[in-house]
Amino acid sequence: MLLKIFDFSTITAAFHLWLSGKMSSVLVMLIEMTIAGMCALGLFVFLGLVLVYMERKVSAVMQIRIGPNRVGPWGTIQAVADTVKLLLKEGLTPDGADKFLFNFAPILVIIVSMLILAPIGFGKGLVIWDLNIGVLYISAVSSIGVIGILMAGWASNNKYSLIGAMRSGAQIVSYELSVGLSLISVVILTGSLQMSDIVNSQANGWWIFKGHIPIIISFIIFVIASTAETNRAPFDMAEAESELTGGFHTEYAGMKFAMFFLAEYINIFIVCAIGATLFLGGWMPFHIGGLTAFNDIMDYIPSPFWFFGKTFFLIFVIMWFRWTFPRLRVDQLLTLEWKYLLPISMVNTLLVTLMAIMGWYF
Amino acid sequence: MELENATEGQDDLIINVGPQHPSTHGVLHIKLKVNGETITDVEPHLGYIHRSIEKMCESHTYRQFIYTTSRMDYLSAHINNQACALAVEKGLQVEVPARAKAIRILMAELTRLASHQLWWGCTGLDLGAVTPFFHAFREREMINDIMEKTCGARLTMNYAVPGGVMADLHPDFVKDVKAFLAEFKGKFHEYDELLTGNIIFEERVKGIGYISKEDAISFGCTGPVARASGVSCDIRKLHPYDGYENLQFEEIIRTEGDCYGRYLARMDEMKQSMYIIEQLIDNIPEGDYQAKTKALIKLPKGEFYQRVETARGEFGVYIVSEGATTPYRIKFRSPGFSNLSALKHMVVGGKIADLVAVMAMLDLVIPDIDR
Repeated sequence: MLLKIFDFSTITAAFHLWLSGKMSSVLVMLIEMTIAGMCALGLFVFLGLVLVYMERKVSAVMQIRIGPNRVGPWGTIQAVADTVKLLLKEGLTPDGADKFLFNFAPILVIIVSMLILAPIGFGKGLVIWDLNIGVLYISAVSSIGVIGILMAGWASNNKYSLIGAMRSGAQIVSYELSVGLSLISVVILTGSLQMSDIVNSQANGWWIFKGHIPIIISFIIFVIASTAETNRAPFDMAEAESELTGGFHTEYAGMKFAMFFLAEYINIFIVCAIGATLFLGGWMPFHIGGLTAFNDIMDYIPSPFWFFGKTFFLIFVIMWFRWTFPRLRVDQLLTLEWKYLLPISMVNTLLVTLMAIMGWYF
Repeated sequence: MELENATEGQDDLIINVGPQHPSTHGVLHIKLKVNGETITDVEPHLGYIHRSIEKMCESHTYRQFIYTTSRMDYLSAHINNQACALAVEKGLQVEVPARAKAIRILMAELTRLASHQLWWGCTGLDLGAVTPFFHAFREREMINDIMEKTCGARLTMNYAVPGGVMADLHPDFVKDVKAFLAEFKGKFHEYDELLTGNIIFEERVKGIGYISKEDAISFGCTGPVARASGVSCDIRKLHPYDGYENLQFEEIIRTEGDCYGRYLARMDEMKQSMYIIEQLIDNIPEGDYQAKTKALIKLPKGEFYQRVETARGEFGVYIVSEGATTPYRIKFRSPGFSNLSALKHMVVGGKIADLVAVMAMLDLVIPDIDR
């Protein structure tokens, strides 16, 4: 059944073979890494532009507006124009700031979001580095991002920035627990940390359908907690523009600000990609048991379409949150995590373990 | 005042909120002393938009000074004008035609609706929800258009003059107001869906910024802020003017005393304003829209005071006349100033985010506080 889906690894394997015949293995590795890096960078820029445009259009629909419609057809070039504007602005460093940390923080934040792209499978065989501890790698690397935010808040020498950074630190450290536990519930059922194994285990049904109520609960917790982890409204404590004017990036301007901005959108993409991979079957097509003809048609849709479709659906949900909910207060945010989400995820993890042991899933 | 020269202690951080800050809605400067996220002291500083309007009024004639009051509480511009016109009429002892009275009330209630709509949108904005702002402006735009047709201005109307109103109603007025009422009634449920019933919103405002009935009275709070604490202070009921005594409407009094109470009080006031407009819109009396007054008004020697209910609370105009063409002294009693004085009482012990919620629910208009 799966043979029908085009496997991108045939292309990469053939390319690798062709390259190996021409030069030494070190050089091959170097060239392949460069190409992968360029692809990641390209995707990065492309996603940044697409997501900013999407956010503006989604918010416009919710706010009975039209949104960007002047630059380019339907305003599609608006994001590019904004980027050019940010590039041309002066990269100001305030006098009282810690120069090194201030300039290093945005770079660190963006490096972290680039690193997490590695184990995500964009299609069948289309993955940069399918390492065998994918889920662990993701949760480990994603926690480095908060250091960048703390660094930015501290180095700015601004009280608003400092408060924003401290809030963000408390928030990300707390919500990581819930994200981790909800990821673990899928890992328990799959029995593997490798992203490709997790996707393959959903060949005959996505975990959200196969995993009964416990997986649905962990999916909901994942969506809430990952919204909080990416500092998105209604959990945008770190920015909270009506309270802290701009939070940790109050003092940033120009391209340094753009890096934080871009990292935020890439982080949204990444958490949604992880959610889509673990709970919604990654690049696996939608199948209904028994309907062979329907399943065959679904298989003909290329796997990247499935992956990006699911991811963008989740991104839409997260944007929907942002434009309809008010912001929580910082103590309510921590109460929500420590008093509700964390205990629920703990019990839920036990339930999933029980399910896995007894084989109570399809 | 101890914050004036305060130095940062071991645990305390002093933050200057404003004069440029997204949630002060103007140039209000608040000195905030925080311990972590908890507010330990707060002190509002005024003076950034002081234009000495009261002094300016002394050099203007009784017709002219009314226009400066549009620039105080610019969201209740018409009600301010109305108060000044009423005070001058008290001195002149002219009888305002019934038509002018009805028009004034209609405009005042439309102004109140527009002001509350803007407040509702800004409340959402302050609490982190951007979308309500646009929904509020959708309906507010219709009111502004009605104002523009009749008064020629959208915000600073300058429509009330001593003796009545400046011009007759636009022929489309009745039709436009009816269309607006139908539209707004149909859309009102969206307001509730977006904010009122939202669990995050309720968590953010319930029990926040509590002020008891006694404290509300002693701070001089008026308007929805006081009425949410159970103080009966609606001037339209207590000291009716321009024919409010002939209209049926309820004074919204709630007992919560917190931000949620103030929110619900304003939401209910919008419904009452619509009810008042509905009663009047088909019964605007025919006749003159202005009583005959002299071109250059001279008030007799004496003191004249008029209080009205603006969207924010009690607004008072106190005129001292020496018998000349310009007032000897004018004093305005603005609702925002008294309401702001209760800020410290409401927020100390709360979180930084509570300050924003409380300020949103006080519905501060800075030029009204700082004249």
